[in-house]
Amino acid sequence: MFKILEKRVFSPIIKELVVDAPKVAKSCKAGQFIILRIQEEGERIPLTIADYDREKGTITIVFQEVGKSTTQLGQMEVGDYLKDFVGPLGEPSHIEKFDGTVVVVGGGVGIAPVHPIARDLKEAGNHVIGIIGSRSGDLLFWEDKMRAACSELLVTTDDGSYVRKGFVTDVMKEIIEAKGKENIPMVLAIGPQPMMRAVCNLTKDYGIKTIVSLNATMVDGTGMCGCCRVSIAGSTKFVCVDGPEFDGHDVDWLELGRRGGIFRDKEQQAMEHHECKCGSGCGGAK
Amino acid sequence: MTDAKKPKKEIKPVKNPMPAQDPLVRAKNFNEVATGYTMETVIDEAKRCLQCKKEPCRQGCPVEVDIPAFIGLVAEGNFAGAISKIKEKNALPAVCGRVCPQEAQCEKYCTLGKKHDSVGIGRIERFCADWELSTGVKVPEVAPPTGKRVAIVGSGPGGLTCAADLAKLGHQVTMFEALHVAGGVLMYGIPEFRLPKAVVQAEVDNLRKIGVQIEVNSVVGKFTTVDALMEEEGFDAVYIGTGAGLPYFMNIPGENACGVYSANEFLTRTNLMKAYQFPDYDTPIKLGKKVAVLGGGNVAMDSARTALRLGAEESWIVYRRSHEELPARKEEAEHAEEEGVKFALLTSPTEIIQNEDGWVTGMKCLKYELGEPDDSGRRRPVPIEGSEFLMDIDTVVVAIGQGPNPLVPRTTKGLELTKRGNIVADEKAATSKPGVYAGGDVVTGAATVILAMGAGRTAANSIHEYLSSK
Ligand SMILES: Cc1cc2nc3c(=O)[nH]c(=O)nc-3n(C[C@H](O)[C@H](O)[C@H](O)COP(=O)(O)OP(=O)(O)OC[C@H]3O[C@@H](n4cnc5c(N)ncnc54)[C@H](O)[C@@H]3O)c2cc1C
Ligand SMILES: Cc1cc2nc3c(=O)[nH]c(=O)nc-3n(C[C@H](O)[C@H](O)[C@H](O)COP(=O)(O)OP(=O)(O)OC[C@H]3O[C@@H](n4cnc5c(N)ncnc54)[C@H](O)[C@@H]3O)c2cc1C
Ligand code: SF4
Ligand code: FES
Repeated sequence: MFKILEKRVFSPIIKELVVDAPKVAKSCKAGQFIILRIQEEGERIPLTIADYDREKGTITIVFQEVGKSTTQLGQMEVGDYLKDFVGPLGEPSHIEKFDGTVVVVGGGVGIAPVHPIARDLKEAGNHVIGIIGSRSGDLLFWEDKMRAACSELLVTTDDGSYVRKGFVTDVMKEIIEAKGKENIPMVLAIGPQPMMRAVCNLTKDYGIKTIVSLNATMVDGTGMCGCCRVSIAGSTKFVCVDGPEFDGHDVDWLELGRRGGIFRDKEQQAMEHHECKCGSGCGGAK
Repeated sequence: MTDAKKPKKEIKPVKNPMPAQDPLVRAKNFNEVATGYTMETVIDEAKRCLQCKKEPCRQGCPVEVDIPAFIGLVAEGNFAGAISKIKEKNALPAVCGRVCPQEAQCEKYCTLGKKHDSVGIGRIERFCADWELSTGVKVPEVAPPTGKRVAIVGSGPGGLTCAADLAKLGHQVTMFEALHVAGGVLMYGIPEFRLPKAVVQAEVDNLRKIGVQIEVNSVVGKFTTVDALMEEEGFDAVYIGTGAGLPYFMNIPGENACGVYSANEFLTRTNLMKAYQFPDYDTPIKLGKKVAVLGGGNVAMDSARTALRLGAEESWIVYRRSHEELPARKEEAEHAEEEGVKFALLTSPTEIIQNEDGWVTGMKCLKYELGEPDDSGRRRPVPIEGSEFLMDIDTVVVAIGQGPNPLVPRTTKGLELTKRGNIVADEKAATSKPGVYAGGDVVTGAATVILAMGAGRTAANSIHEYLSSK
């Protein structure tokens, strides 16, 4: 059993939990993820390691409530226990000192997984420009942590309700134009699939290598089931063991999107079936 | 009494049938199919045994259970004696009695089988094990602590056996399992209707009772490595029993379409995650009306039978050889057929067809005929030119085999591997790395429960020897 030690609510649908998981904290690296199960009847859901504290033995996760399991997770409180919590899974991010400026992009809840990678890239001696964006200002979080992790941080919102109006790709285009594409050896983008795809389309035109972190549907997360398979440059890879990071220009986005929708009607059914047991009369998961 | 004076025994030619749920009823539920012998039938069946001096059955058993002896005890109604006789050699009789391919092992060599049905050895074994479970298993005696620590990586039948044997010898044993439950394929792969999870759980609980520490949610190669376990965590020896968990695909077009599962995913969702109880359990499974399962082994039979239970209207086994070569246990193929699974034999797919949304709508196949025998001794299937046809199906389960999961082999220094990535171990289960032993599917490739169990036992003996000499 894994105890929830801290909880922060960034918006009605985006939340942070700090979980007591010393085994994971001891060896995890930026870019890896965990799989958790809330309770005996629960499914195994993957979430990226957004931060960790080796001394305290804790792992930080940030998630957006999109369905049954994440909604239920959002209802858990400090002192509650998760049934299972396994990790670190997946390959760590590739960290090296690049020749030039590295741009990292976090969209929506994707800001969280970008954070430890940006920090490590900067620690490795890189000049790291961070771009974070969300639909509106009230959904934005960790601006302070990201500012500390990056050399420079730029913020944007789709609706212009905070800092500036525009997509992360708009900001990125400006940076590429200003710095020159030859001075940007690598871009890392994590966020919703349409955002990562848009970033890849942009960088493809400039010929800039772009790494993305794929959130394929998973079961075991150890390479045993093949549920998470994706086509990368025409060959099948398992996201949980070969990834989650891949060269975004090699990803078959259409297939990834389709495979992500396999259980859509079932997920809706699970949501409707879910009744909150918090006892507060909150009405459950709506 | 000498043999000459022994009155000639009247032999019942037919094996006592295994009571089972009605095929049409059971094809709709996940309860165990075979319900087990009663006390009267088991004694009757045991009395069919000739007590052959040469023990041919015993030589057919991969772990050499003293079959005539335990059957003799059953015939006398001494079930306690019988089960301890079995357990001298087989640590998991409740499992093996249910899933061993007896027709290819002990029962194949049974003297009675030459003229009549062989003795129902597996069924008698299962009865004894169930009898013991229902009366409460005695916690075995544990030797005084030796102060030595052993890590077991993977909790399949090999790991369970190795852990139990070492714990009884007084070693301090910790078992690491990647998934959230221990038991390996017995838990995540073989379905409830063939091997109730409570039976496996009982074995796991017994390990705890003798002091084995079981750490689930622990992927070795990720949170730690075999080297770190020995160099930093103070383990004196390691047994690797990580199985053959990596699913193979056919590498034909359309295999990543929506509606194509590996058997591992299909069975894991259903068994381990209990998708058959969705939405009370959160994990979903989605299948259409017509399911094609590719392959002809136990994994394929389990998938095809599971598909029926999940509500498929048609469930097909698509296999490129003929009925005779089906590698599945005979009983499973028979049960599948009784339940309504259909067989497209001498058939193999070339492409999975999908619609514009990426969902499976059909499968292109070729017809095969059998040619000359190949390396395996079985006749090689050869495609018939121009025989291409379209199978009308909407879900595909790929059950053509599994390889070793590379996480441990890749992260362990100095471990010799085969070309296919299996760990090389000698007949004493020793690997190329001192103090590291391995057995089961990760060494042999996908095989059987009894062979993994036997390897776990061999490894335990070797580890004990190694630790005693250290
Ligand atoms: C390696 C990895 C790391 C991840 N890290 C994070 C993270 O740090 N924070 C976070 O909020 N989410 C993350 N995800 C996504 C997260 O796992 C899913 O949102 C979660 O499993 C949904 O479960 P649910 O029951 O709440 O929703 P479901 O009912 O399963 O799904 C609800 C909706 O979300 C969509 N959905 C389901 N699964 C995914 C998925 N894997 N990716 C995208 N959309 C999905 C469905 O299509 C559906 O529309 C990650 C996924 C992977 C594979
Ligand atoms: C669907 C199906 C049906 C079968 N039916 C039969 C049958 O009827 N009769 C029969 O005799 N055999 C059958 N088999 C084969 C039999 O189950 C296997 O041969 C046997 O289970 C192998 O045992 P094992 O000890 O090698 O480990 P496995 O049972 O393969 O278990 C290995 C365990 O190790 C864990 N693991 C893997 N990697 C790691 C890691 N890095 N860290 C920690 N843990 C790890 C896995 O999660 C797993 O739990 C069947 C197999 C399948 C899949
Ligand atoms: S070969 Fe058959 S009849 Fe002979 S001892 Fe073994 S089980 Fe009995
Ligand atoms: S989640 Fe099962 S193989 Fe990746």
